[in-house]
Amino acid sequence: MPHDNPAAPLLQLRDARIAYGQIQAVKGIDLELFSGELVSLIGANGAGKTTTLNAIAGTLQLSGGDLSYAGSPIASMPAHKRLRAGIALVPEGRGIFTRLTVEENLRMGAYTRNDKAEIESDLQRVYEMLPRVKERLPQVAGTLSGGEQQMVAIGRALLSRPKLLLLDEPSMGLAPLIVEKIFEVIQIVIKQGVTVLLVEQNANLALGFSNRAYVMESGKITLSGTGHDLLHDPKVRSAYLGEAA
Amino acid sequence: MIQTLLQQIINGLVVGSVYAVVALGYTMVYGILGLINFAHGDVLMVGALVAFTAITFFQAAIPGLSPIVYFALGLMVAMPACMAIGYTIERTAYRRLRNAPRLAPLITAIGVSFLLQTLAMIIWGRNYHSFPQLIQTAPIEIVSGVFMTPVQMTTVGLSAAMMVGLVLLVTRTNMGRAMRATAENHRVASLMGVDTNGIIALTFIIGSALAAVAGVMIASNYGVAHYSMGFMPGLKAFTAAVLGGIGNLAGAMVGGIVLGLVEAIGAGYIETWSGGWLNSSYQDIFAFIILGIVLIFRPTGLLGERVADRA
Repeated sequence: MPHDNPAAPLLQLRDARIAYGQIQAVKGIDLELFSGELVSLIGANGAGKTTTLNAIAGTLQLSGGDLSYAGSPIASMPAHKRLRAGIALVPEGRGIFTRLTVEENLRMGAYTRNDKAEIESDLQRVYEMLPRVKERLPQVAGTLSGGEQQMVAIGRALLSRPKLLLLDEPSMGLAPLIVEKIFEVIQIVIKQGVTVLLVEQNANLALGFSNRAYVMESGKITLSGTGHDLLHDPKVRSAYLGEAA
Repeated sequence: MIQTLLQQIINGLVVGSVYAVVALGYTMVYGILGLINFAHGDVLMVGALVAFTAITFFQAAIPGLSPIVYFALGLMVAMPACMAIGYTIERTAYRRLRNAPRLAPLITAIGVSFLLQTLAMIIWGRNYHSFPQLIQTAPIEIVSGVFMTPVQMTTVGLSAAMMVGLVLLVTRTNMGRAMRATAENHRVASLMGVDTNGIIALTFIIGSALAAVAGVMIASNYGVAHYSMGFMPGLKAFTAAVLGGIGNLAGAMVGGIVLGLVEAIGAGYIETWSGGWLNSSYQDIFAFIILGIVLIFRPTGLLGERVADRA
């Protein structure tokens, strides 16, 4: 794929609109991701964040606008081909295959790969990063706790060796210690050169880690900037960080 | 006395193993789409009739081969023919209804069943064709007073081989893992890079190949093939799949064997039990009595985990 110019964005949404039937969920947004960035997308429930991620991963189609990845338009590419191109989504609610074992779940992440030896070494790397997952390999994944499932979901996505990792609310419903662990893993992933787009309810946490961030409100992007700037923006602080304006 | 029972158990295993193979086709499609493919029994019928034509053709074209070779040739033509039909049914009739209300694909399935029967009637006529008895039908005494014919042995052997093969495919290969993942969640499977449309088509293709073999075995056992022969085995195999817990592979196999045994043993004793009032031609009632009882006390079937909530 033509992606030689480092200044060109890895992923670009232009005037992207997404509708569920008659209802416009995303009403024309522009969003760019550059290689190696951690960008977060924050906003209230129903703002269209998950919808946007799903459209990037290909499980939802754009109803208008453009989506390009590594310089090529991908709006009409089906989800399974986008994974092969390097876009992996850890979906909201984790999307664990509850009737498969933990190991089978992880191996599903490597479904498109044929390099057996490399898959085994990647599995070892995931085990090192997530030691609690390793203890549970033969267990049916439905029996895991929420935090363990989230780790399996992230490990599984990493096994596809993504260039772009989309994380949808990885901290949802999890204890602070586990959230901390998950953000440690995200840091490691970023160091490996993976670009990350993170959707989070926990704006404080997300903005602290992010290079840049976008704020979404009822289907539109209303603010964008560096993580640091948004963290100190009085509007953001009052709307999403629970502070009086 | 004991011989009669043993004999009926053997007969039951033969019939049950065929039910099990056909039931696997129903249960695989249900597991992945939540659809009851009522045309599955008719795919079996097409398999038998295609094999009949192929065998007749090869016997005329290359005479003098061993009967087993003709039998194998018949299977080798019937299987790809049914696989193509299974694929076509999924592609043309079911795929576009995937997100339709649940009644639509169900009615379509019944329509496809009628379509296949009518086409078969046009091609092969309304008559019963006598299916070449290529495998010996002379009974062999295996224990004193208990008999089994070579064609029955072949039936049980082929069925067992196919069941083992399918279980290995589903539990041990990447493709099988992708099938199970797709059955659980199409959307997340596609996020893993699985071409879910391909996996669903594959499920129909595999199920239809199994149905082809079952059709050839049924025709070989009874020595006849005709356009409506798929109805009863299809209904029984569907019953077996529900009995075992539809959507569950082990359940389909257990359900098939249990149903075969209950029917054979019931048929063997119904005359004695009813004091001559009913005879063995009433054997079909056992299948449905057992189904009723199981569904009253275990609505998810013998090994089922989920209630069958979709048509």
